[in-house]
Amino acid sequence: MTDNIINLTNQHDLNSEVKKKTPVVQGEMARLEAEELAIQTAKNFRSISPARMVAKRFFRSRLSIVGLCIIIFVFIFSFLGPVIVDATWGYGETQVFKVPRQSQLLTTANFEGADGRKYVYYDRSISTVTTKAPPSADHWLGTDTNGLDIFVRLMYGGRISLTISFLTIFLQMILGTILGGIAGYYGGWVDQLIMRIVDIFACLPGMPILMILSAVLASIEEIPAEHRIYYLMGFLTLISWTGTARLVRGQLLSLREQEFMLAAETTGIKTSRKIFKHLIPNTVPQLIVSASLGLGQIILYESTLSYLGIGVPFPNAAWGSMIALADPSKGQEILAYYPNMWLPAGILIVMTVLAFSFVGDGLRDAFDPRQKK
Amino acid sequence: MVKYILKRLGLAIIILLGVSLLIYMLTMAMPADYIDNRTAAAVQSGQMTPEDVLRLKELYGLADKSLPGILKGYASWFSNALQGDLGFSFLYGRPVTQVIKEYVWISFFISLIAYVIEIIIAIPMGIRAAVNQYSGYDYTVSVFSMMATALPSFFLAALLMNFFSINLGWFPLQGLTTATKIFHPSDKWGIFLDKAWHLVLPIITLTLLSIGGLMRYTRTNMLEVMNSDYIRTARAKGLPEKKVINKHAFRNTFIPLVTTLSGMLPGLFSGAMITETVFSIPGIGSMALRATLQGDIPFVMGYNMFLAILTVIGYLISDLMYAVVDPRVQISK
Repeated sequence: MTDNIINLTNQHDLNSEVKKKTPVVQGEMARLEAEELAIQTAKNFRSISPARMVAKRFFRSRLSIVGLCIIIFVFIFSFLGPVIVDATWGYGETQVFKVPRQSQLLTTANFEGADGRKYVYYDRSISTVTTKAPPSADHWLGTDTNGLDIFVRLMYGGRISLTISFLTIFLQMILGTILGGIAGYYGGWVDQLIMRIVDIFACLPGMPILMILSAVLASIEEIPAEHRIYYLMGFLTLISWTGTARLVRGQLLSLREQEFMLAAETTGIKTSRKIFKHLIPNTVPQLIVSASLGLGQIILYESTLSYLGIGVPFPNAAWGSMIALADPSKGQEILAYYPNMWLPAGILIVMTVLAFSFVGDGLRDAFDPRQKK
Repeated sequence: MVKYILKRLGLAIIILLGVSLLIYMLTMAMPADYIDNRTAAAVQSGQMTPEDVLRLKELYGLADKSLPGILKGYASWFSNALQGDLGFSFLYGRPVTQVIKEYVWISFFISLIAYVIEIIIAIPMGIRAAVNQYSGYDYTVSVFSMMATALPSFFLAALLMNFFSINLGWFPLQGLTTATKIFHPSDKWGIFLDKAWHLVLPIITLTLLSIGGLMRYTRTNMLEVMNSDYIRTARAKGLPEKKVINKHAFRNTFIPLVTTLSGMLPGLFSGAMITETVFSIPGIGSMALRATLQGDIPFVMGYNMFLAILTVIGYLISDLMYAVVDPRVQISK
């Protein structure tokens, strides 16, 4: 990959040399020669923009392509899926289906009668169950304990997971960049103050704090239950911006000392312009990588909260609360006999988180040519 | 060195002060439902008056929810905490410190075994992956470690329980002891084996959850070392590859590993909330989860503070280890 970079610089060097060696007096011959050379260089060397170079390196790794494909699939599934279902079948995540089926229960018991002989006692009862339907053509993954279509709920669960994770990571990046940027650029006591705040926030235990906040939110009646998860994710931003802040600060500390900043300094531009035009754009590659790795973590946070029943509230679907059906404390039946209720949700979580780490890894390698051949 | 340690300690104390104030304010914002729920029946039947309830709340420092009231409460909580008194748990009816002391050991035991297994498996695999970079083995290890970090604990637990306890019947589903078996109190070995048998699946869960991170960390550090100049020198002077890896590369990879691993030690006491709850193991994590969901404010406060102290100690240890292990690091400040 480094070849491209060398080629690029070679081409520039050649052009400038050609220009130097072509004074006006030397006439037509030299100009033609130079043109010939320019054409040849254009033929032999191809200049690629940095963005395309990154894209090329990114797509060279097989894992990143796999990751990207999974993400595209999950996005289509959870954003286009509900629309299609609504248009064709006309129902959503909270539609209850009553699919009647016969349930046969056979119990036996052995006992010894008064006559000393052994008896086997059979009790057979037939009842009609309308929930927990097995997978069928109408309900691809069956229905759950409340008679809700699992396949459709997976789509809605994905939609809320993805929406929340992108929102949170966006806020986290903004907050982290601003505070880390201020700390790294100004240094001194500002840096000290911000970094101590970062230290304090980094020591907060994340999950327990979110659970406390969830209890606090539940006690505020003005907040409807469906909105609680958005507030919680807002708080998650407040807890987790510290990683981004450290990253941006570290980058800025090294960038500040480089020559191009000295050049920017001498032009006498405004401080805000120095920060936002010259420094922050240089941290963007690292930010993109850490964002794509962080997305998976937020999906895990959201699903854990939903699993505990303090995330997305019941009639609405969430991947975490779908897996909570299999909790053996509420009976082993679902864990043992209805994998269609919890397995797909778990697989989707793992796939999505994995895909984000594949893409994050691929991007890291693509942005940093030194790390790979 | 002494100066460096003192400086670090001072910082740790400042951080802990900030963290405790934050946690205190957050927990105080929690609704005091527990007392209300408990006293609702008594108030209804006229055994208690609303004033009694208020007095009870005052006793626990939960009555005044204004900012000065909270700050005052924090000051008294803090001076008690310094003397080792974290308050009285509503839910468990005992002092918080006593509850923590009693249940922390089972959590520590599980985490410690998971930690040891993790080290034994992850480090050799990470090193082998780094030595054979871009090979099939490397890809397998990378994908496996990423998958392990992508698994939510409750899903992994459900998978393991479904496969090992329900389908194969090898391990019990939940709990710490077999309820149907009665052991003689002197049969220590039998009791121990029974408990160990119950802890296999939780330990596997915890190991798998954290193994991926360590594997990747080892691999990254080993790769960095393998690309350094002294490895080239070692190869150039004709040392066998085995010696280059075991003697020259591995020992340098050890520096970051030791600092991180020793920093993880205090965290072994913190308990695993979800895993312990799913497997119904009476560890500190599941106790804390129950307390948080039911609004047991003193316990929640005490537990979170305990976690924060563990985290700070962890950072402190890994900072100090970094200076101790790596002779190139010189502490000037």
